Parts: sequence; C-alpha cells; structure tokens
Amino acid sequence: MTWKFTDDIPIYLQIIEMMKMDIVSGKYKSGDKLPAVRDLAMEVGVNPNTVQKAFAELERQGLVQSERTSGRFVSIDEKGIEELRSDISDNYIAEMFANLRKLGMDDQMIRNAVKHWEDKQ
Amino acid sequence: MMETMVCNGLCKYYGSVKALDHVDLHLEEGRIIGLLGPNGSGKTTLIKLASRLLVPTEGEVRICGELPSPVTKAMVSYLPDRNYLPDWMIARELLDMYEDFFTDFDRSRALDMLNALSIDLDMPLKKMSKGTKEKVQLILTMSRHAKLYLLDEPIAGVDPAARDFILRTIISNYDESATVLISTHLIADVESVLDEAIFLKEGKVVLHQNVDELRDSTGKSVDEYFREVFKC
Repeated sequence: MTWKFTDDIPIYLQIIEMMKMDIVSGKYKSGDKLPAVRDLAMEVGVNPNTVQKAFAELERQGLVQSERTSGRFVSIDEKGIEELRSDISDNYIAEMFANLRKLGMDDQMIRNAVKHWEDKQ
Repeated sequence: MMETMVCNGLCKYYGSVKALDHVDLHLEEGRIIGLLGPNGSGKTTLIKLASRLLVPTEGEVRICGELPSPVTKAMVSYLPDRNYLPDWMIARELLDMYEDFFTDFDRSRALDMLNALSIDLDMPLKKMSKGTKEKVQLILTMSRHAKLYLLDEPIAGVDPAARDFILRTIISNYDESATVLISTHLIADVESVLDEAIFLKEGKVVLHQNVDELRDSTGKSVDEYFREVFKC
C-alpha cells in the first residue's frame, strides 16, 4: 500500500496519472513489460478491476500495447514521451497559477516571483 | 454477466422492527462490493439471510439462482462478525475441520498464508491475540474456492498493518467468477478495494453504485459521501 490516493477523483484516473509519471520519469521505458493486473492491485491495495480499467484506458490512449499471451508493454516513442511530459508540466503550471491568483497576484507578479525564487536557489 | 446474489423484495422483521425492508439487489460476479451503513441498518441481517442463518419474513434471496439451502452453503464462504470457531482448537485442527466441512477448501493456500504470517500451527486459538485470531478466521474463509464471500466486519478492531494484510488477502484470493460482499462502517479503509458500494439505511437500500462513478459524479470519496447521507 505504497500509493496514496486522493478522495475526490476516481482511483483508475489516479492510477493512469501515476503510470504516466512512471513512463515520463523513465521508470518504465518503451518495450518494458507492465506488472500483471493482480500484482499491481496487490501492491497498491486497490481492486484488480480498477487496475484493469486504468490499463485499458492507457491502451486506448496508445501508451501501452497488449500482446495476447505475454502481457502489456509500454509502447511510446520519444515524441510521445515529450508530449506526455509537456501535458503533465502544463497541469502543474496551471495549478500553480491558480493557487497564486487566489493570493491576489496577477500574472506579471507571478512571473516576477518565479524569477525571484529561481535566483535565490 | 452471471449474478451471484439476487434479492427480490427481501424483508426481515423482528416484531415491529423492520431490520430489512423490501431490499432488491443484483450482485454480479467478479466484483468486490461494500455493504455500508451505520449500526443497526441491517447489514448483518442481510448477510445472515444470504448464509441461511435467518429466514426472510417476505421476499427471497437467491445465490447463483438457488434459494438458500445446503447447496448454496457449499458455494458461500461466510465470515461472521464474531469469533465462531472453537477456541480450544489449534490452527492445525482448524485446517482439518475446514477440510472436513468444505470440499472447496484449499489447505495448501491456507497453509501458505499462515506460514507467511509466522502463525504457530500448534497454538490454540484462545491464546492468539485478537488481530491474529481475525487473520486466522479470514484466511480460513478466503481459502475456500467459493462463489460468494460474505465478510461481516472483517477489519473491525485490527491495527492498520493487519488491515492491509486482510485487504490484500481479499484482493489476491477471490477469483474472477466470485463475488465478495464486505460489510463495514470503516469506509475509508476499504474504499480503494471496492468496485461497488451499497448504502443501507434503516433496512432500505438507498444507493447501489459503482465507486468510480460515485466519485466522478459527486466529487467526493465514498467515505465523505456516506457522512453526508447519514449525517446525524
């Protein structure tokens, strides 16, 4: 039970996000075999049907391919990984902007703050 | 899709108290289903009707198409909400007893799990801690190749590590043609393993839905939604 799930989003969507992170970060490379549904379900403590649903969606999105008898494999080229990375980073940036706007900052202030933060590092 | 358990207008009255009031349910195979409700909402009554410990006042419950009978008992693996095993027996004798009673009992599977937990096969049940006792009972229940598992409060009163073990045992042992019905009010602890949730309120089914759809439509966890529905 190593994964922590948040409350308000269907769990299969959260599994999809985590698998995408693992692909972008290079934990799973193109051609790598994914764990079996039941093994992953056991590992993270969710229902096997939920994992099945997440894998089916990853397949539909073309990130994963299933071979009839030998399991599921990551099938993504460099370009696909780049697209995925930029999708995920867009989400983070959007979230950051949304939070900072709540503090009353306008976009110019946010850009300045990012620059300022970077300089301090 | 095969239906493992069906209730049609199922009622159980205790005098003037309606423990279950016209319950209609269709439970499909391959699902893990949470039977959720506050104390006294009828969870245990429903499970006892399905395991033929009680007889309905009205209506019927069917297991794989059959009315409760010795035939359905052979297909149903039931974990009661209290200690039900002779507490002087040692673990090894419990295995013998299950093997005698149930033709679908998988002794080697039970042994593997008992060994994985380093449970002493020569220790009598009464000398085991509460958590160990619950684990032994669950191992026996889940080591049968049943069509329907009825688990009444399987995680009440165990520590978080034991709870994880219990949930993992449930996930890894039911097979795709079986249904697992788990009654509990500790919803947050079980919701990640559930396919479907049933809410029981004062003997009536007020909700029966796929858990992911519920999260999607309400933007809430099952636990949060439960607190809203059953707010005191």
